[in-house]
Amino acid sequence: MIRFDHVWKRYPNGREALCDLSLDVERGEMAFLTGHSGAGKSTLLKLIALIERPTRGTLVVNGQNTATVTRSKIPAFRRQIGVVFQDHKLLMDRPVYDNVGLPLVIAGVPEKEIDKRVRASLDQVGLLGRERNRPIELSTGEQQRVGIARAIIGKPALLIADEPTGNLDPDLAVEIMNIFKRFNEVGVTVLIASHDIHLIERYGVRRVIIEGGRAVGAADEAPPPLPSIVTA
Amino acid sequence: MKQWFERHLQTMVGSVGRLWTHPFATLLTILVIGIALALPACLHVLVQNVRTASGGWSNALDISVYMKTSASLDDTKQAAERIRKRRDVDEVTIIPADDALAEFRKSSGFGEALEALKDNPLPHALVVRPDAESRDPARVAQLTGELREIPGVDIVQLDTEWVSRFNAILDVVRRVVFLAAGLFALGILVIVGNTIRLDIENRRDEIEVTKLVGGSDAFVRRPFLYNGIWYGLGGGLIAWLIVAVVVFVLGDPVERIAGLYGSKFQLQGLGLVGWAALMAGGIGLGWLGSFIAATRELRGIEPK
Repeated sequence: MIRFDHVWKRYPNGREALCDLSLDVERGEMAFLTGHSGAGKSTLLKLIALIERPTRGTLVVNGQNTATVTRSKIPAFRRQIGVVFQDHKLLMDRPVYDNVGLPLVIAGVPEKEIDKRVRASLDQVGLLGRERNRPIELSTGEQQRVGIARAIIGKPALLIADEPTGNLDPDLAVEIMNIFKRFNEVGVTVLIASHDIHLIERYGVRRVIIEGGRAVGAADEAPPPLPSIVTA
Repeated sequence: MKQWFERHLQTMVGSVGRLWTHPFATLLTILVIGIALALPACLHVLVQNVRTASGGWSNALDISVYMKTSASLDDTKQAAERIRKRRDVDEVTIIPADDALAEFRKSSGFGEALEALKDNPLPHALVVRPDAESRDPARVAQLTGELREIPGVDIVQLDTEWVSRFNAILDVVRRVVFLAAGLFALGILVIVGNTIRLDIENRRDEIEVTKLVGGSDAFVRRPFLYNGIWYGLGGGLIAWLIVAVVVFVLGDPVERIAGLYGSKFQLQGLGLVGWAALMAGGIGLGWLGSFIAATRELRGIEPK
């Protein structure tokens, strides 16, 4: 699903965020990216969403070499990936309904269909009935769930998340992670960057440690299988 | 197709709603555009009216043909007969010398002095009116040349110099109107462009998010194009209102002046074609201004 092949990323200011990073994430897999802040986790996710481009090396996402995705094809490319951000990136002056439905509006889906799928999406993150609220009226955890609902409404095969539990207290964090886990169980490839080791350890999935811009020891010495949904 | 139409309708209505949330700023922009459109439109109306008013004179291309004093009334009638046969002549009127003298006596106020004259000093004369299709300068010049060749004709006078001078001046004024319209159009582009640029700056976050979830440049640009169209439409309506008020305010005094000159001239407004042109101009400029600004600005906004 995702294949980094000797990828380097140097920012215009000279900072080398990734050096010679190689990583494979299989279709249907769920994996955590861990490592110190500034290790390159965010950069890695930005490359997948084509927010940034690799300086060297090849990156293949969902069978597409990202080097062949030209500027004009980026929107269509992004529509096949669900992205969840630490700061949610919601439209604060628009109701939840508009926020969640936005990817479908962009894709030109009929209004009736949007209505149905917004409800379905909100239902999956446990926010059904909050369509008319503005994000500002919701708690941080709820806002994050709106972000997840938006990410999954397009039924993407790949879901990436950058520190989705960064600002949440432990109970809420587990709740959010469980939502991701549920999507993985229905076949969605999930890649989550998180530095919350304790939380990650509770899920029996692969952990990729990023250090100094490289993937060091894909620490997937699989821990004993746990119940797939962890309760706080 | 239905989808596409629905989306556009939605964006269109959404754009109105958004403008409505800042009624004062929107009104200011529309007013500026309206005034900028109204100035050339008013000038245009002025020129059109002057042309209509002067239309009566420019068509008055009667040619005066004075016979030699030696020519008799019969000679004159013969000459008139000859001229009447020409295809390019509509009408020939004979003014016998006696009639001319009587008329002159009556209207000049020199009646008593003229009594003293023994003979009539005036020649017989003809007034020749070229037919409607032969009134362009070249054909009129040809006609006067040929009239001069007729035996017994002394002077052929075409007193239209001033008409052509007037028309030349009017041509200059028309070009000034064109130039003014061009400059104001450029001004409108700048106003709309700058307004849209600020709109975009204010909605930067929203644009970034939209692009993040897969919105294309065309998709994020669309509402701004509709904003431009609404600005232009509003400006066009304001301009039309201004022109209507100007025509209304000036209508009575102009009619009075015309009346003093014995004319039934009435000030004309823009008319349907003018109105359509004003609206189309406003909308077109609004769209173009926002298109240029939005295309330029939106390229620079990418998610980070």
